[in-house]
Amino acid sequence: MKKMTYREAARSALRDALRGDPRVFLMGEDVGRYGGAFAVSHGLLDEFGPDRVRDTPLSESTFVGAGIGAALGGMRPIVEVMTVNFSLLALDQIVNNAATLRHMSGGQFSVPLVVRMATGGGRQLAAQHSHSLEGWYAHIPGIKVVTPATAADARGLLLAALRDPDPVFVFEHAFLYPSEGEVDEAAGPAEIGRALVRRPGRDLTVVTYGGCLPKALEAADTLATDGIETEVIDLRTLRPLDTATILASVAKTHRALVVDEGWRTGSFAAEVMARIVEGGFYDLDAPVQRVCSAEVPLPYAKHMEDAALPQAATIAAAAHALLRRDG
Amino acid sequence: MAEFVMPILGADMTAGTLVAWRKQPGDRVTRGDVIAEVETEKGLIDVEVFAAGVLERILVAPGATVPTGTVLAIIREDATDGAAAPPAPSVTPPAPPPARARVSPLARKLAAQVGIDPTTVHGTGAGGVVTREDVEHAAAARVPSPAAPPARPAIDLSRMRQTIAAAMTRAKREIPHYYLAHTIDMHRATTWLAGENARRPVTDRLLYGVLLIKAVALGLREVPELNARWRGDRVEASAGVHVGVAISLRGGGLVAPALHDADRQPLGDLMRALRDLTQRARTGGLRSSELSDPTITVTSLGERGIESVFGIVYPPQVAIVGFGAIVTRPWVVDGMIGPRPVVTATLSADHRVSDGHRGGLLLTAVERLLQSPETL
Repeated sequence: MKKMTYREAARSALRDALRGDPRVFLMGEDVGRYGGAFAVSHGLLDEFGPDRVRDTPLSESTFVGAGIGAALGGMRPIVEVMTVNFSLLALDQIVNNAATLRHMSGGQFSVPLVVRMATGGGRQLAAQHSHSLEGWYAHIPGIKVVTPATAADARGLLLAALRDPDPVFVFEHAFLYPSEGEVDEAAGPAEIGRALVRRPGRDLTVVTYGGCLPKALEAADTLATDGIETEVIDLRTLRPLDTATILASVAKTHRALVVDEGWRTGSFAAEVMARIVEGGFYDLDAPVQRVCSAEVPLPYAKHMEDAALPQAATIAAAAHALLRRDG
Repeated sequence: MAEFVMPILGADMTAGTLVAWRKQPGDRVTRGDVIAEVETEKGLIDVEVFAAGVLERILVAPGATVPTGTVLAIIREDATDGAAAPPAPSVTPPAPPPARARVSPLARKLAAQVGIDPTTVHGTGAGGVVTREDVEHAAAARVPSPAAPPARPAIDLSRMRQTIAAAMTRAKREIPHYYLAHTIDMHRATTWLAGENARRPVTDRLLYGVLLIKAVALGLREVPELNARWRGDRVEASAGVHVGVAISLRGGGLVAPALHDADRQPLGDLMRALRDLTQRARTGGLRSSELSDPTITVTSLGERGIESVFGIVYPPQVAIVGFGAIVTRPWVVDGMIGPRPVVTATLSADHRVSDGHRGGLLLTAVERLLQSPETL
């Protein structure tokens, strides 16, 4: 085990992949000379050279499309799109090509493509760089969506994405890059589609992922001082969703709160709530609740950005409301 | 005034336990409404009412076991003749129905398990909602009462076994059975069914059993004396063809609830009704009319791979038709021997009511109907 940042853990997975498989290459805006907009690929150009760490023009549709083509041709491309907001320019390539080709070819082709991008707010990067749109991607059959929340998962889920025969989208939360955690560099890939209970508890279940996990854990610490034992589930993968782990927890706690940095309306949280109601209705002792981002383009000003995003205090307040008794 | 009595839900049922009232005094009821739940050896049965009016008075409290025929409640019937109706009294309009009690899904489930009416529990959750904890407190505070009924009693298998024993012993003692068997070529029926199922959405596909049931139901129109009940000294033909379908229960035992008017239902409707009936037979929730109405029984051991079954008539019915598995056998068609899917149909019938000649007409009618499956 080694202490490293989320950023270093992602880099460690990239380095292992580039060393271990000659078919792997990295491309995207500023991934080479600049070392990546979030410095994830810092140093990789020097080690692996310009053929395998390629800077691209500002043309998301083009380089994601090139990645799909390379994957079809037998390579194992890792495409970095700077932020999820910019990935919308490549949505046609993703939805109409990457996600469909296996199905439309009757299984003759596969697209073993990995696309990494930063998501989420909290760094005062304003509305065009800070949104959490991974829930939209989770809507699309044919791709997988992973959302590492810890340094170990930043490495383990990226390695798993590279092993997968189908397109996998890795959403790295921008706020988490400097966070530190224990990483076992000898450990292999994590399991895609498997949620984890990050903290056991018996009074309520908080279901979350990505950048909201540390906030949910902080809220659980606060709630514990009031005698409330919170079970915190880290989804880790949004598609395919590990419904069984969620329902098993709700069957134990009988109360659920979903925390998601996406906007409330049509949020990924809404999907999780629907699964709980479909499969766990008779286990519920209170209505399922959620904490999401305010329905505004994310503000730049720090106090306003903080107010718009889920925070540990708002999560704890929602948990208290869920457990409120009037008798 | 009409009396609502403990119904007879099986040939040998002598008493039943009233488990719960679904309607309260003052509630309107219409013919066919389920107004009470009764526990019998066949499990929990939803009992329907045959009068329309207002539930005037409840005479038997939940938990009581009473003989069949006991008056359970009084219903003030609607006037059947407008002229005879009393002038409308100047009454205050009925109070709006009370809001549905706020009970969490978990509390509702738990209350049912421990036999507590959750609407009587004091709710302490947000907004006064009844929570699991409230039901647990109410259950702990309850004075243990031997008469308290279990809310969803498990089917008592030893009692069910006794009931089957009593009914079958009576049948074999009183009914002079005769038995017929006839092997039917199923080539046309299975071919047609394959084509029909390819056309239907997966959820609407038909099982061949439903063709057999429909063929029996239609065949009975030609031999109506087999669609009847024996009333001690005479036979009473039934206007409707209500086919009792023998359904084995997972823990052992069986029930044979009715598919009402099976001769008049299109195959798709009959299939849905059969699925629904099978599910409810296994989970509880059969209706009283389904247990008391069958006019003939159809049993099949085809799924078990058995070739023929000779059933015992279930009194007061007068006949039971059995089907085995569809098996491929060498068969002569137009002078040539070839493999052919065939099924053995059997009839066990009450000789007091019909003779072998008439019984044979039913089986040959079933055979003829199965040769034009598209008309079923």
